[in-house]
Amino acid sequence: MTDAPLLKVRDISKFYGARIGCRNVSFDLWPGEVLAIVGESGSGKTTLLNCLATRLMPTSGTIEYRTRDGQMRDLARMGEAERRFLMRTDWGFVHQNPADGLRMTVSAGANVGERLMAVGGRHYGNIRETAGDWLRRVEIGIDRIDDQPRAFSGGMRQRLQIARNLVTAPRLVFMDEPTGGLDVSVQARLLDLVRGLVHDLGLSAIIVTHDLAVARLLSHRMMVMKDGQVIEQGLTDRVLDDPREAYTQLLVSSILQV
Amino acid sequence: MTTAASELATYNFAYLDEQTKRMIRRAILKAIAIPGYQVPFASREMPMPYGWGTGGVQVTAAILGPEDVLKVIDQGADDTTNAVSIRAFFQKVANVAVTTRTRAATIIQTRHRIPEEKLTTGQTLVYQVPIPEPLRFLEPRETETRKMHALEEYGLMHVKLYEDIARNGHIATTYAYPVKVEGRYVMDPSPTPKFDNPKMHMSEALQLFGAGREKRIYAVPPHTEVVSLDFEDHPFEVQSFDKPCGLCGAENVYLDEVVLDDRGGRMFVCSDTDHCEDRRAHGHCGTMLAYGKEAAR
Amino acid sequence: MATPLVVSEVAKSFTMHLRDGIRLPVVSSVNFSVKAGECVVLGGPSGIGKSSLLKMVYGNYGVDTGQILVEHEGQFVDLATADPRSVLAVRRVTLGYVSQFLRVVPRVAAVDVVAEPLVADGAIPAVAREKAETMLARLNLPRELWQLPPATFSGGEQQRVNIARGFITDHRILLLDEPTASLDAKNREIVVDMIAEKKRAGVALLGIFHDDDVRVRVADRVIDVSAFSPRKAAA
Repeated sequence: MTDAPLLKVRDISKFYGARIGCRNVSFDLWPGEVLAIVGESGSGKTTLLNCLATRLMPTSGTIEYRTRDGQMRDLARMGEAERRFLMRTDWGFVHQNPADGLRMTVSAGANVGERLMAVGGRHYGNIRETAGDWLRRVEIGIDRIDDQPRAFSGGMRQRLQIARNLVTAPRLVFMDEPTGGLDVSVQARLLDLVRGLVHDLGLSAIIVTHDLAVARLLSHRMMVMKDGQVIEQGLTDRVLDDPREAYTQLLVSSILQV
Repeated sequence: MTTAASELATYNFAYLDEQTKRMIRRAILKAIAIPGYQVPFASREMPMPYGWGTGGVQVTAAILGPEDVLKVIDQGADDTTNAVSIRAFFQKVANVAVTTRTRAATIIQTRHRIPEEKLTTGQTLVYQVPIPEPLRFLEPRETETRKMHALEEYGLMHVKLYEDIARNGHIATTYAYPVKVEGRYVMDPSPTPKFDNPKMHMSEALQLFGAGREKRIYAVPPHTEVVSLDFEDHPFEVQSFDKPCGLCGAENVYLDEVVLDDRGGRMFVCSDTDHCEDRRAHGHCGTMLAYGKEAAR
Repeated sequence: MATPLVVSEVAKSFTMHLRDGIRLPVVSSVNFSVKAGECVVLGGPSGIGKSSLLKMVYGNYGVDTGQILVEHEGQFVDLATADPRSVLAVRRVTLGYVSQFLRVVPRVAAVDVVAEPLVADGAIPAVAREKAETMLARLNLPRELWQLPPATFSGGEQQRVNIARGFITDHRILLLDEPTASLDAKNREIVVDMIAEKKRAGVALLGIFHDDDVRVRVADRVIDVSAFSPRKAAA
């Protein structure tokens, strides 16, 4: 771990007219750190994620990212070409609905290989080999490499989306409810996979979830959002085991025990 | 009053009004200035349906002068419906000289082929384009494809070629094979066979592309680099044919298959009819022609 | 003798917002320290706050006031105020914790659960696994269970996995929350031995033991937590 944050977020606000998307959010994300943003639907967590990932323009505030050359760069001042390049090389974005993050009509191999080709990969054999290697890592059989994700189950699609994002060895991955809409057993498998990959690759990740169990399993640190504001944040097990705010206590006490 | 000259008075020269021609010429100039870039233009209603070459016809109409000699081909042939009617259209509305001979033409409007004979300085090749956007089938959002062109994000184009190899073991795209123009824009060469792609590279002739329905014009100026996309381990290759042309014996030309009877008889002949006729006039003779002559005897 | 753990003037209360915001004081004016090679046991009746105190020392519960100083890589870190990243670094390198219950991660084999703290600190996975197997063997966990995820294990089996995981590292401070609660006599003996070894290695141990026999055998000192209880003080 180096001693500089990867992402510096200062006073990010997003207004939709008079309505608040998120308000005055500040934090640092360090290399190798996984941050969970929790809250119920409408709390502003997805708005915040989209602002961080430059998919939405914040109304105010700054987001700085440390690029591979070690410089802190203000994302809003980066040119679009550079920002998009960053997004498909150094970043990943895992959508809740895999269809939003995959090309459903091209094969699994090409889905994984696309980022490689986008950064200049021009050797079919090498691209295919790397794609096959990543399919193995996300536990998709190599015999499915030429199948389209349309023929995949929800869990497989989500794993494919993850492989597609990680193939360029990004340093920062955004995940929006990565296990939403999956069966519990499929969720467990995916969570374990993500946990392993995050650890093995030393990834930094920001995960939006309403599922506190997901936050507990994957994140080091969490932020609880309500009405667009961060009302509590800290070490994940501290927030979950000793919640301070009324809303956090309500969230934690609402978990169903099996 | 049935002469062409008298009918001409009914229309402006070459059908389009002068303001429209100016608008199209501006688009053409911009297209030439930015090789491979798709310039939007205000495509007009033409007296033919979309898909029949309205884009090519508008480009031709905008650049045609009274001194020009026009050749129109469809799939390489001068005598197919589309070619005949467009040729007749310009004879009627511009009273220009027409020819079937590649060498004699100053403007050649084409659908699906580039003539076999090398084009030279001063000639202009006008392509009829159905779908100008090479990224269309992979990324349906026009806003996104424009951004991809602007930022030179062309990885997706190779995704298409990757899919081809994954499915067929080789790049199976045989027409509308994507090219990169002057190291910058990826361009759809219109549905010409990839056999013709090398002819676009460093061509002496000006190449103009018109898409009527899609309202786009793009261009490859003379002496411009046009490179077909490929992979290092699956390089671009043109089709090759086992046999020479059955009529003129030409090799290394693009051949059409002609079914002769209902018993499996077939022959392969030049798709470029002018090229074939020219060769035969110079005494070249293919096996089928020789056989035909013998049978007739 | 070094004193790697110092708890000073710590107070803690819970505010129960869901019950009209009532404030439940847990402890106040907590002062104690643990020396290297010493095993300090938290004593007192159940419900007095022993477990809560242990969790505060681990950084799992926040505190209202006071300091929890842990000697970490040559300097003291105050876990009461440290940022999450520092707390995690302290836990990874210096501060271990054996809880009463194993928090099971789906699909992870018992041997990997045990090896994880070593791997997280950069050990070669194969080496860490080998050490984990030694620990599991010593605690008599049947070999056929090693490759299985502990979710379906019995309470005693899970507890042994938990102990192996807690004892596998060379952390200078180890917190033990009733590690022997669901163990049989034979395995309890082994844990007592393991604690003695940690003491000999200079590890500072802070624990809760309900079993009188075990407590007597491992404790160098017993701190009566009821002395910190505001309820007791008020009475």
